[in-house]
Amino acid sequence: MDAESLLLSLELASGSGQGLSPDRRASLLTSLLLVKRDYRYSRVLFWGRILGLVTDYYIAQGLIEDQLAPRKTLYSLNCMEWSLLPPATEEMVEQTSVVKGRFMGDPSHEYEHIELQKVNEGDKVFEEEVVVRIKEETRLVSIIDQIDRAVAIIPRGALFKTPFGPIHVNRTFEGLSVSEAKKLSSYFHFREPIDLKNKTLLEKADLDPSLDFMDSLENDIPKGSWSIQMERGNALVVLRSLLWPGLTFYHTPGTKNCGYIYVGTGEKNIDLPFML
Amino acid sequence: MEDSTTQKQEKENQKSGEEERPWGETTAASSQDLTGLSAPPESEQGPETGPQSRSSPPGSPQSRDSTPLRDLTGPGASSAPSPPEESSSSPLLAPTRPGPEAPGQALETASVIPEAETPHSDNLKPSSDKGESTHQTCQSAGDAFPQFQQTNGHLNEPRDVTFSNSAQKELRFDTFQEEDSSSGYGLDEAEPEAAPSVLEIAIQNAKAYLLKTSSKSGLNLYDHLSDMLTKILDERPENAVDIIENISQDVKVAHFSKKLDTLQNEYEMLPTYEIAEKQKALFLQEHLEGADQELEDEIAGNSLSNVMESAFYFEQAGVGLGTDETYRVFLALKQLTDTHPIQRCRFWGKILGLEMNYIVAETELREGEDEEEVEEEDVTEERDNGDSGSEEDDELPRSFYKAPQAIPKEESRTGANKYVYFVCNEPGRPWVKLPSVTPAQIVTARQIKKFFTGHLGTPIISYPPFPGNESNYLRAQIARISAGTHVSPLGFYQFSEEEGEEEEEVEGGRDSFEENPDFEGIRVVDLVESLSNWVHHVQHILPQGRCNWFNPIQRSEEEEEDDDEEKEEEEKEELDYIEQEVGPPLLTPISEDLEIQSIPPWTTRLCSNLIPQYAVAVLRSNLWPGAYAFCNGKKFENIYIGWGHKYSPDSYTPPVPPPVCQEYPSGPELAEMDDPSVEEEQAFRAAQEAAVPPAEEDEDTDEDEDDYD
Repeated sequence: MDAESLLLSLELASGSGQGLSPDRRASLLTSLLLVKRDYRYSRVLFWGRILGLVTDYYIAQGLIEDQLAPRKTLYSLNCMEWSLLPPATEEMVEQTSVVKGRFMGDPSHEYEHIELQKVNEGDKVFEEEVVVRIKEETRLVSIIDQIDRAVAIIPRGALFKTPFGPIHVNRTFEGLSVSEAKKLSSYFHFREPIDLKNKTLLEKADLDPSLDFMDSLENDIPKGSWSIQMERGNALVVLRSLLWPGLTFYHTPGTKNCGYIYVGTGEKNIDLPFML
Repeated sequence: MEDSTTQKQEKENQKSGEEERPWGETTAASSQDLTGLSAPPESEQGPETGPQSRSSPPGSPQSRDSTPLRDLTGPGASSAPSPPEESSSSPLLAPTRPGPEAPGQALETASVIPEAETPHSDNLKPSSDKGESTHQTCQSAGDAFPQFQQTNGHLNEPRDVTFSNSAQKELRFDTFQEEDSSSGYGLDEAEPEAAPSVLEIAIQNAKAYLLKTSSKSGLNLYDHLSDMLTKILDERPENAVDIIENISQDVKVAHFSKKLDTLQNEYEMLPTYEIAEKQKALFLQEHLEGADQELEDEIAGNSLSNVMESAFYFEQAGVGLGTDETYRVFLALKQLTDTHPIQRCRFWGKILGLEMNYIVAETELREGEDEEEVEEEDVTEERDNGDSGSEEDDELPRSFYKAPQAIPKEESRTGANKYVYFVCNEPGRPWVKLPSVTPAQIVTARQIKKFFTGHLGTPIISYPPFPGNESNYLRAQIARISAGTHVSPLGFYQFSEEEGEEEEEVEGGRDSFEENPDFEGIRVVDLVESLSNWVHHVQHILPQGRCNWFNPIQRSEEEEEDDDEEKEEEEKEELDYIEQEVGPPLLTPISEDLEIQSIPPWTTRLCSNLIPQYAVAVLRSNLWPGAYAFCNGKKFENIYIGWGHKYSPDSYTPPVPPPVCQEYPSGPELAEMDDPSVEEEQAFRAAQEAAVPPAEEDEDTDEDEDDYD
């Protein structure tokens, strides 16, 4: 959700029970403004909150003019002092995939993971236990990156591709219509397209190159990894990710109000096929 | 686009240039046709020149001149400062030798013009496919129009002279070829085939987009733009670019469209209005009930908990549904207490679903309970009787597998059925009473993990077959969540004395409590620092699925008296040794809760570290994500907002399939003997013959035969 319209967005996303206490709201409104100034972002998003056992991580993201450029991620424990997270790498994701369970809430906390490694000594092969230490900060980075790539979404038309390549916020976006808002195909993944290149020419024929440059939600695997609901009559559409429970996307049809927030434990729901 | 076309042009030029070079020298004059000066009679009307001259009427002067210039300055920049350019411009001023300033001028014009023209040449390409009218408007509306005529003059003149110079002709022809092919009319032989098709499609798409008629005003942008340009050309305002918005507005205002009657009604967003209408009823309740006001006052006196107050505290904790939705829920609860005989009513929480959510109200009914439950019990009893009663036929062995003990559900107002739960999908929609929960449902619900859909009638399809539909599953999850996460500060509740003792004798644990009138409150800091200051006030659900232990043996004696005595004995042997399941008693501190694989089951914190003296203590369950409790010392409340699933760090594992039954062990009763052999029968006959009295013989044989059998 945009840092500027934080209060409205929070109100809209509150149907899932994910709110912020008044003091957190006030401090976010103050500190995100300073973040925007200090880091010279063109847009600051309040990304969400990862619930730790001791404390929570509050996450914000800074965007530059090109909306799909790699984003900078910041975290804070008290909503006032923000620290920059390093960009996620493949290696990090692989390394932290062995860590299970909840976040602690302490960035310097180290998870210990015991790995069995084969050691060759002459002819004999030993199995040796190696303790791998993984910092929670690394895990935080990779989880945020995974969530962003998997379930960060944006309605169709909210961004447009300029002829020069960069992707900008569409000022003329007036929201989806009610009938469009009920379809998964009207929402895009907020990331560089992956599946789009694999589409057949026939499928690409109907796409508008300036709008349809991202992957649409409807082809997500498994089918049914999104719950789409119309709330308050038809005045609010809410999408909840079932793969990453905690991610809520809201949009008021006919207006520009849209955004997503993640409030959850930072764990992927791998039981999804059993639960549907 | 630009690059691709120019590349094509270059290719074509190579081709056509090679062809043309031989005749280019001889037909120097033929190219003068194009410039429209002297048309020599001896010009060979070759196939190449034909199209060139043909191209001149549709291709406006701008388009013909613009492209070569663009190419000179643009992609083919290498040719721009080349000597032909100099010399081509030189004749303008001095036919013999160029002055020092002359090339500069020419270059200036060459460099200035493209800037003014490039947009035009772009415009003209598409316009060649469009209608004639726009073509003309585009031409005439251009600001650079006067310039073109000048440049034409400039450029045409040099050409005349330069064409006498054979060395420069090649280049000239090249440029002319470029011009022709790029303006889309092309030479006959070198017609670019792929380019127009892509272009045309793009243009058609663009045109179709422009022609899309707005449903509001009935206008389309295409007509609007042409109207605007017509107006501008008609009126010729001085500062057209500045007042373009006003012009646009004027055109729109002047546009006259008659609103035609259509037979179809206009589309309305029905669900929005429908829910608004229903919620209106919530807000108007006060006026509706007028009739028996006194009675309502009596009932609703303090049956409803203060939802807004606890919502305020939960908001401090960062939990909640948002102000307006909470108030709607509050009103809906008010409506519930008004329409049902409810003694106490509390907002339990919200369970998220795939298509709709559930808002759950926890109530205690007054004496009038409805009779659905009785009916259900009858049904189950009938089933039991059917199983046990049909034992009259003894001819063939019947299946002696008996279903495992069906454990009866707890009476209403006790155990897991202490409260009655009402759910609705949205505030304003009707409340639905959930059925009471049975132990079998709880046991099964522990083994499955399913998302709620939001429709109570949905069947639950799962591996251990779930006895019931989604309403039963929802009720079972509510029971489990309540039992796990409803906590109160230590000392707020105490065991009620009269009832408690009675229960103790029977059940071995007390299951009722009352508010402690002497409760003085607990310091918030203590609540945050120590988990032992919080206690469960809902009974633990045993693995059996009940809160109070039910002894299955007792039941077997009571209900199966008509059965054979032997069977009963067998059962007793099997079941006598089942130990009674015991859980933590009521009002146990949560510090004794089990850990989830080294994860503490509860997280406490102060809602605000900035002003600790007015903060409230917030308790968050890690076992049931979404369950919260707050306490400000005196008051406390529990709430659950979430998917209704238990947390586990491991992935869900479906229960293992039940063990396969063993076959009957082969023993003497299954094994048969060999047939009697000849020797045996002969021996038998000899024995018979040796037998003495015929009267006793018969008896003996009988006995013998029995032995053999």
